[in-house]
Amino acid sequence: MKNSKYKTDLPVMLSPKTATAGRFNLSLKPWHGLLLLGICVLSSTAAYTADDTANAPPFEVLLRWMPLLLKGFVFNLVISVSAMGIGTLVGAALGLGQISLHGSVRKTSWFVTQFFRNSPWLVLLFFAMFLLPFEIKVGGFTIPLPDWLKAIFGLSLPVMANVSEIVRGAIASLPSGQWEAADSLAFSRTQVLWRIILPQCVKRMLPPWMNLYSILTMATVLASIVGVSEVMTLTGQALSAEDGRTDLLMPFYSFILFLFFIYCYPIARWTVYLEQKFAVKT
Amino acid sequence: MAWSEDQPMVSIKNLHKSFGALEVIKGVSLDVMKGEVICIIGPSGSGKSTIIRCVNALNDMQKGSILVEGQEVNDPDLNKLELRKKVGMVFQQYNLFPHKTALENIMMAPLLVLKQDKAEVEELARQLVKKVRLEGKENNYPGELSGGQQQRVAIARSLAMTPDVMLFDEVTAALDPETVNEVLVTIKELAEDGMTCILVTHEMGFAREVADHIYFTDKGVIVEHGRPATFFDDAKDPRTKEFLSQIL
Repeated sequence: MKNSKYKTDLPVMLSPKTATAGRFNLSLKPWHGLLLLGICVLSSTAAYTADDTANAPPFEVLLRWMPLLLKGFVFNLVISVSAMGIGTLVGAALGLGQISLHGSVRKTSWFVTQFFRNSPWLVLLFFAMFLLPFEIKVGGFTIPLPDWLKAIFGLSLPVMANVSEIVRGAIASLPSGQWEAADSLAFSRTQVLWRIILPQCVKRMLPPWMNLYSILTMATVLASIVGVSEVMTLTGQALSAEDGRTDLLMPFYSFILFLFFIYCYPIARWTVYLEQKFAVKT
Repeated sequence: MAWSEDQPMVSIKNLHKSFGALEVIKGVSLDVMKGEVICIIGPSGSGKSTIIRCVNALNDMQKGSILVEGQEVNDPDLNKLELRKKVGMVFQQYNLFPHKTALENIMMAPLLVLKQDKAEVEELARQLVKKVRLEGKENNYPGELSGGQQQRVAIARSLAMTPDVMLFDEVTAALDPETVNEVLVTIKELAEDGMTCILVTHEMGFAREVADHIYFTDKGVIVEHGRPATFFDDAKDPRTKEFLSQIL
């Protein structure tokens, strides 16, 4: 019998194995950050040998470039926040479109969502980079579209599609009894949605939404491929300015990893906290 | 369209309802007069809940007619919101809004749907809380209340819309045996106050006590109906007899 490995014939009585670990418990731990910091510090000091008198010590070089790199990192954060903002606004509208009573709106929203959700982020970024003009003429005004702005649009496309699915999924995950109870009390559909369904969805949407934000933040370095002066681009420039010294690679790139870690780790912890907090209550 | 109180408040005629190829209601007719309490009993899957869900248009119907105070429910141009203002419903799973307190649950519909004055609504809501004996629980969230308490909030929430007829869909089926009674007492008081009620229930003792009329459904049709005393003690149909012998 299938259940013979249990000591009872009633496996249903056994306490179920609960997946206590969220996905972040598997990925990020404080020691990961310490490891990155350790690599950064060690590689920038130990790898330097005394006979190498022509070059400055790597740690000194890193310190010299640090202000510029931090500036670049802040730019990454600006891109991530902006893309998240745009993507969330448009994605929420798209998600509501997916549950519209109008068939055409529903199907169009579904198609747009699936199209952008299943496209590689880098392709969407190139798409935005090279298909958008460098300036838009509206009436007599010329609005320039710098690369970083195009990168924000490009990255907000996959965010939009993912937010759309988060919204649709959260709405679908509520028990149908909530709709029925609200319907039976003569609420209009708009009222049901905004007063009863969506307020309950916010809780459910927050953890996946923050998860998405972490992913987006890490994806902002893709913008370096299309030439936006974010942290990866600047690191590359700094390294070539130092004549491509190979002993600098490790300190510089582990420093960048460390920067992303200290930004994303608290978000990840907070997401885990929220997931646990909202897990039991319905 | 003029409806007067000597006509049935809810009049179901030859109701047919299918889910896909599965026909669950095969021609049900029943009348409910104002102030009357009727109970629909029968085995699971006999279509009891579907009948009352058709009354407030939560389910559509394929054929037949339901008149609620003279208004036809089986009408593509039906104003569902106007119908549902007259018909309250309580569910097996309570379905309270978990993000609102007990009092807010009760006040929401009168405020947002009927656009009534907030002070008046709150006064009514507090009266209803008292009526269902939940004083002190006004500011608790549904998650903090027991099943029986939640169900009484759900009854109060429905009553706050001052409906003319109340539908109860197996409202005690999900409750602990100890808390069933507190909900039944609330419904009984409601019935004694003259509220028109249609109940789907498995509580035979309760049905016998409060109902003016009992309908027994099986496989989508009404097999037998009558006054409680005649129905329970003098059932004619073999299917009714079998059902009653199993549960009484």
